[in-house]
Formats: sequence, structure tokens, C-alpha cells
Amino acid sequence: MKLRLLSLYPDQMNIYADRGNMLFLQHRCEWRGIDFEVTRCGPGDRFDPGAFDLLYMGGGQDRDQKAVARDLLETKQESMRKAKETGAAILAVCGGYQLLGHSYELEGERIEGLGLVDLKTVREPGPRLIGPVSIEVDLENEKRVLAGFENHGGRTRLGASAPLGRVLHGHGNNGEDGFEGVREDNLIGTYLHGPLLPKNAWLADHLISTGLEHHHGERPELEPLEDSLEQAAHEAALAAARAG
Amino acid sequence: MIGFKAWIARSIGRLSRATGRGGGTTLPGRVLLKLDPNAIDKLGARLSEGTTLISATNGKTTTASMLATILEGAGRRPVHNRAGSNMTWGVATALLEQHGTEGLFEVDEAWLPEVADRLEPRTILLGNLFRDQLDRYGETEALADAWADLATRSADRSDFVLNADDPLIADIGNSSGPGTSYFGIADESQALSELQHAFDAKLCRVCGHELTYDRAFVGHLGHYHCESCGMRRPEPDVSANRITLRGMSGVTARIDSPEGSSKLELPLPGLYNLYNALGAISTARQMGVPVEASVRSLASMKAVFGRVERIRIKETTLSILLIKNPAGANEVIRTLSLEPAPVDLWIALNDRIADGRDVSWIWDADFEMLADRIGKVTCTGTRASEMALRLKYAGWPADRVEVIGNLEEALDRALGGAKEALFALPTYTALLDLRKLLADRGDTEKYWEG
Repeated sequence: MKLRLLSLYPDQMNIYADRGNMLFLQHRCEWRGIDFEVTRCGPGDRFDPGAFDLLYMGGGQDRDQKAVARDLLETKQESMRKAKETGAAILAVCGGYQLLGHSYELEGERIEGLGLVDLKTVREPGPRLIGPVSIEVDLENEKRVLAGFENHGGRTRLGASAPLGRVLHGHGNNGEDGFEGVREDNLIGTYLHGPLLPKNAWLADHLISTGLEHHHGERPELEPLEDSLEQAAHEAALAAARAG
Repeated sequence: MIGFKAWIARSIGRLSRATGRGGGTTLPGRVLLKLDPNAIDKLGARLSEGTTLISATNGKTTTASMLATILEGAGRRPVHNRAGSNMTWGVATALLEQHGTEGLFEVDEAWLPEVADRLEPRTILLGNLFRDQLDRYGETEALADAWADLATRSADRSDFVLNADDPLIADIGNSSGPGTSYFGIADESQALSELQHAFDAKLCRVCGHELTYDRAFVGHLGHYHCESCGMRRPEPDVSANRITLRGMSGVTARIDSPEGSSKLELPLPGLYNLYNALGAISTARQMGVPVEASVRSLASMKAVFGRVERIRIKETTLSILLIKNPAGANEVIRTLSLEPAPVDLWIALNDRIADGRDVSWIWDADFEMLADRIGKVTCTGTRASEMALRLKYAGWPADRVEVIGNLEEALDRALGGAKEALFALPTYTALLDLRKLLADRGDTEKYWEG
């Protein structure tokens, strides 16, 4: 079996150590004897939507995010839409998440997004939403918890698209409606930034399964791994969110 | 009026120390600023020979300590916040409790503009900007903007000393006045074989085009230019050539300046400390101390609080190296990779406010470099398990990494398992805890003494 990962803008969108997610996926595949292949896709590059099972885009500084937004529309919009429609797993975090929606308005400027999901982001007056966060999500018909850290100035509001989860502790999409992230088909967008997969090994395995299903047409039974440290790190992140 | 308020604040500091409550490096300043928000301006005005401010993401405390050592060698004793308390209240405390005719303050990156507006310093040294505690400081670009604004409004009152190798810092020279000078590393043989993962200056500050790097030395510090607008790294006034890294025992280099060449034998390790030394030498030059004299003083430099400190505990030498962000941690990792293997480690990861609540950054540091060189490793602190997890995914053998939540138990365990040398890598609040623990056990002095 083989998982083909497309790493979108790894040099621009990596501000919160997004590399941790790549490392985590890579090792968990390799330990199970699953081939893991990473293709880097940067500014100006186009990609074949049929050739990848899992797409990842992280967060970046304002200036990088603006440049990436333009490039996404110019060179990748159609491929992103196809990848989503054909069931590839997509994980977009923080700045990358914001660009999945229709637009991001900040300081009198409007950044056009991909419009893959029905949401809008606005930078409103008020403090950045910063801190440890935990959310309850319903994936594979099971209630599970994600723990992580958020740090965003933009407030995201969902239209018809469904949230990824419900905020247990922290701010979520906008600090008001109690929702966090977005989920549609096999696409997930979230403000739980940077290395969220190491703190939530179950989500990493969910993405691996979804990606393998996309490639091989059948959802595999993943071999369990020795995850006691992963579990301890998850619990420590949950405890941090609970403490606020 | 300031005299009476200062007396109250000073007395509170004395009382706090006498009752063993600690906090003597910030409390008097906090009290004073409550009584008089303009106290820094008033007390600062007494420094007739002027003030020097130092800021950077990494190396503030060490650089300030280097400059203090150089000035001391020249018979000058500035008022100096030497315990590293670098927000307004730390500066106010130093101003309250020390007497002198000139000031030397390290200042937190976010507080620099305010402190500079109050003290109107003669010289401002800016060392570097790396991604660091994004939950506290925000983006490096935003800090660089705030510093450039400061340079614009201080163009006719402050001379800037800038690191030519950091494009975020060198760009400030486009805003500062004619007294600006630069320092940097010239020795091309010290370049990293590849760019590190945490790389913070990809775009030209002038035109937004992607920068081209000929080489990088530490993180994004290196030799760069912009192919679009022609922006180039400024030519340094003070530069380092013929560099030899000698692991934990230090660095040697030839320092070139318009005054000629001098040999520096720095007893602190790593290119990052060489950058600190270059900053201190350049600033001292601006303050009238010849390079030759600075280099002589630095040869006798001792490590400062938690920055490569060494303590003897029974049979073991404990070396303490603060880690707090990817760039700094990478330099510590690079230094340790020059030590004889196996390297025994005690790593303490906390997520308190002063550490940054967000521990994401450990995934950006290149712990992979040490995977085949480690001996026994003990992880502790509030997020010990995530630290151990990071090491697992960096390929460190699982049977050599242990998690012990309690700091003291973890230290005893690490000391018990170590051979002659143990390296302690704490985050900031873990460093404070470690120092207190060692002091309580009689292994070191309390840090506000001496």
C-alpha cells in the first residue's frame, strides 16, 4: 500500500511547525509498512488531482498568506476542487483553513479564497483568539476529542458547510457560536494549528485510512501501534485546554 | 517627588529579599511604575553619559553581559539589568537600585519601542528576529515593522548597530540615521549544508520578492540578496573570519574592522555566541572602546544565568543550556553534536506564560541531528510527554528516553544515570525552577545574589 501526500506551500505555510504533522504521518505509515511519498507543491506549481491521496496546507504570516492566496487561484483552484470531489483527504490548518473559504477580509482588503467550502473569514476588532483548545468531533460515527492550540486574528463563520466540531475549551472559529473548523466530504479545516496530529494520533490514522481508501478503493484496517506516549501527549494537551 | 516614590519601591525590594520571597529583580520596579508611570524617563534622565539598549529574539542576556564585561575592562560600570529581567519593570528596578552615569539594558522585543521612547538611548543594538512564542509576540514581520518605525522616529537621537546577516534586522538600516553600523560573519566555510526547517525571512522586506541565499549560518542568518529589486546584505563594519568551533569550550575567530584584525578566543560555544560577541564588540566600538580591548575582555567572559552555565555536582558536570525557540534550540543541538557521544540529557519543557503556552515549536527544532549520539535522556516539565514524543519521531531510541513529571525526581534520575557530563536543556520557567532547586540544595547561589 502507498500513501501519496501533497504538501502545499511547505516553504510559505509552515509558521507553527507544520512539519510536525508530516513527520508524524510519515513515521506512522513507515512503521506499518505503508509506502509514504511526499510531493512538495509551491508557488507556480500545478498538480494532477488524481495523483494524490492526502493534501496538507499549514499556516503562514500575513504576507506569505496573501501571496499564497493569489497563487492558489492562479494555479491550483481547479485541481483542489477535483481532489475534494473525488474524495482525497484534505487537511488545512489555520491560515490554510481560511483560504478554503470564499474570502478573508482584513484591514480594508479582501483576499479571495478557493471557495471549496461555504465559509467566510473577517478580521474584526478585538484581540487575537489565542490559547489551548479542545473540541468534540463526530468522525466515523464516534464522538472523539481533538486537543491543540489556536492563534488567529480572523473570525470564521460557516454558511451551509458543517463544522468539524463543537468547542469544549477555547475559542474555535470565532469565539461566539461554539463551532470549530469545517468538514465536508473528506476535507477538514481547523484552527488547531501546527503539529495537531502528534497530539491527536487518532486523527492522523483517520487521515491515513481515508487516503489509502482513496488510492486503493478499500478502507484498510490499520495495524495498531504502541501509542502510550502519543496518548500521554494528548492528555497533557487536553489538560492544558481545560486549565485555559 | 520621584525620590520618595523611589525610596518606597526600593524598601519593598529589600524587604522582599530579606524575607526570602525572591522576586527582587522585578518587584521594586513594578511598585515604582504603579506609583509613577513615567519613572523610567525621570530616572533615566540621570544617566548623563547616555544609555545603550539591546534587543533580539535570541542572545539578549548574553550580549548585554558581554558588553558589560567589555565596559568593565575599560573601567566603566553601567547601570545594567543583569538578571535578564527585561520588561519595563526590570529596567525600572535596575535604575532604582544601581548608581552610575551610563545605562545598559536588554529589552524584550515587544517592549523595545516603549522603553526606547522613554530613555532616548544613544545606541540601540538589534541582534536577530526568529519565530518565537508566537502566542506572545505575534509574527516576526510585525515586530520588524514596529522596530523600523522606532528607527524612523529615532533617526536623529540614536545610533543603530545591526546584524547585517539577518535581513529582517538589516532592513531597519533603511529607516535609521547616518550613525548606523553593521556586523556579520564572513567565513563561508561555516555555512550550513542545507537550510533549516524553521526559516523566517524568505521574502525581501523592500519589494516582497523571494530572497536568494548564497549561504546561511544560523537559521535565516546568512548572505542573501534580492534578484528582483537588487537589495543586498549590507557590508559589515565588523566581521568574523577564520572561525573554529570548539564544542562546549568555545569559538575562535579573527575579527576584522577598519581598526585592523584581532584574534578572538571566546569561551562560549557556537556561532550564535559569536554573533552575540560581534554585536557587543560593534556596540562597544560605537561607545569608544577599541576592538582589540573588547576582544581581550571577552576572552575572560563567564557564562551568564542559564546560558551555558556549568555546575559541578559530585562527580558530574551539569551544563545548563536554555532552549526556548527553534533557532536557539538548533544551535544548542549543533553544539551538543560536537560533544563526545554518548550525550546524556535532561530536558524540561514547560508551557507556562513566560515559556509561551504553545509548545508547537519543538516540532520545528532539528532534534534528528542527535538521534545516533544520545546516551540517557530524561524528559520532565508540564509537557514532558510531548517532548518525549517529539524525540520518538526524531528517531531517538525509545528505551533511552524516560518521562518523569517531577522536576527534582527527574534531575536525580538523570544525575544518577549520567557519566561525567549531563546537559540540562530547560525552557525559561523550568530554568528558574532548576536554579531554585539547585540553590535550595546548596549547589549554586541564589541568582539575585552576586
